[in-house]
Amino acid sequence: MTSPLLAASGLRFRYPGAARPAVDEVDLSVPEGALVGVIGPNGSGKSTLVRLLLGALEPDRGEIRLLGRRLSSWRRRELARRVGVVPQNESVTFPVSVREFVAMGRYPHLGPWRTEGPEDRDAVERALARCDVEDLAGRAFATLSGGERQLARVARALAQEPDLLALDEPTVSLDVRHEMEIYELLRELVAGGTTVLLVTHNLNAAARYADRLLLLHGGRARAEGTPAEVLTRETVEEVYGWPVRVVPHPGPGPDEGAPQVVALAGGDGGHAPSEGERDR
Amino acid sequence: MRRLLLLALVAAAALVVAVIVGPVSLAPGRVLDAALGDAGATATTIVRGIRLPRAVLAALVGAALSLSGASFQALLRNPLAEPYILGVSGGAAVGAVTSIVLGWTAAGGWVLPLAAFAGATAAIAVVLRIAAAGGMGLDTRVLLLAGVVAGAFFNAVIFFLLTFAEAETFRSAVFWMMGGLSGADWDAVVVVAVGLVPAALLLMGLARSLNLLAVGEETALFLGTRVELAKWVVYLTASFLVAAAVSVSGAIGFVGLIVPHAIRLLWGSDHRFLLPASLLLGAAFLPLADTLARTAAAPSEIPVGVITALVGVPVFVLLLVRRPPGPRRGMGRTEGP
Repeated sequence: MTSPLLAASGLRFRYPGAARPAVDEVDLSVPEGALVGVIGPNGSGKSTLVRLLLGALEPDRGEIRLLGRRLSSWRRRELARRVGVVPQNESVTFPVSVREFVAMGRYPHLGPWRTEGPEDRDAVERALARCDVEDLAGRAFATLSGGERQLARVARALAQEPDLLALDEPTVSLDVRHEMEIYELLRELVAGGTTVLLVTHNLNAAARYADRLLLLHGGRARAEGTPAEVLTRETVEEVYGWPVRVVPHPGPGPDEGAPQVVALAGGDGGHAPSEGERDR
Repeated sequence: MRRLLLLALVAAAALVVAVIVGPVSLAPGRVLDAALGDAGATATTIVRGIRLPRAVLAALVGAALSLSGASFQALLRNPLAEPYILGVSGGAAVGAVTSIVLGWTAAGGWVLPLAAFAGATAAIAVVLRIAAAGGMGLDTRVLLLAGVVAGAFFNAVIFFLLTFAEAETFRSAVFWMMGGLSGADWDAVVVVAVGLVPAALLLMGLARSLNLLAVGEETALFLGTRVELAKWVVYLTASFLVAAAVSVSGAIGFVGLIVPHAIRLLWGSDHRFLLPASLLLGAAFLPLADTLARTAAAPSEIPVGVITALVGVPVFVLLLVRRPPGPRRGMGRTEGP
């Protein structure tokens, strides 16, 4: 087996003034060509972990290697040619067209005074086509719907032509169709050789699309493995504190049989209902 | 590129107009002779000693204010940002008014600009000290807040000083604060030019970083920008550029706000184009505004800041309401999902 594209071991990070570390003794390995999902409840350290992995935060302890090289030794621009990111919070202050927005993905490939060449323009057009937003290229980014914006953000990250694509909650507040479009796009990208790191609240989508999952709880890794290994009823109930059932996806589709978490109604949030209660 | 050439031509034309038109009427041919030194002594003095340095200084100050305004708007992610928003002009005014009130200005024409520049530098240092006090780098929201409150404090200091000033001192202090180019000479031109050239190169070199910072600091980081370094360089460069401009001309308002937005409305917000275009349009706008200021009520002079607002604001509003319909250039801030 080849060495993983991105590997972290013993990561710990505490925000200044915080009582406990936001991320504590976490190991993670992202193999080349895989889709790895990071899941966990609110405040479990998902976003902090991803910020550490992307070099936006410095870990207090532990080591991160990208392509075998220590992350801290990468220059920002070098890193941005290898790792594309779709961040969670962004706002556009001034009017900018979708094409201009996606073309920002080429900046890491340009020097401060060099203008875009044909290969840069090709990369932008390919990214627009890949995300099916060519028709929107002339529109102002601000006028797009939430789903279209998210596709444009993914297109910008693809214009970077990255080896690793990282997405932080890419489908929050999207409708079913746009959500599925994003996940299907990720599946296609992985099939084409891109490695994807996905942070999400959506357990079921993660279970359907990820090769491996890391479940965080209180800053620590609670479970790691294939979706079927991680998403068991026992683990999910313990981590989320809510009664659930885990059922196989009914299909049809390539992900038929993937574990799907169904939260039960009528629970009190603290305990799973007993077998007898469920059977009534 | 063609648009920049067009703007450069407009700026050159504005410069010519500013030299030809004045309270003393001189035919364009005589102005040219005087510029070359072939006219009479009076005409030569008017053109070479008064109009030419004043027009050139107006162009440089207009360029400096527009360039720093555009930079601050991106850095602070705030379309309302203008060159004076971070208290630089307030600090400069404290320096200038102090030197006027204490009578230091009698020592020579260089005292006032120097005092203003010292005040502006002190303001930059104070605001920076407050903004960076948190320890986690330069937080632009704190920077904005620090700049605005520091500006309010400087205003209070100025009015405190003026409370004890003689009528004549009061008058010259207030005139300085309104801004104007009547003190223009070749020394001032050299000072601003020496500041403007490297500042413009530095800011234009950071144009892509500004594009990214306008979207978000994390985005900028993930697209290869050394965010903290870029923010510091933009802040300090734009601030010292403003300090140089304010020192020689006082706080001329509206230019730094209106010019970048006019370019945005006409041609979009890519800073690689926006910065040089703002520089050139600023260099065209202020000499023209100053020409009006000199001639409209001759022999008295209207403060040029009044002209920039009286003329600039309606023109800007016209652009704003006549902007092409449709979504291409929707203005305003939109939050991501």
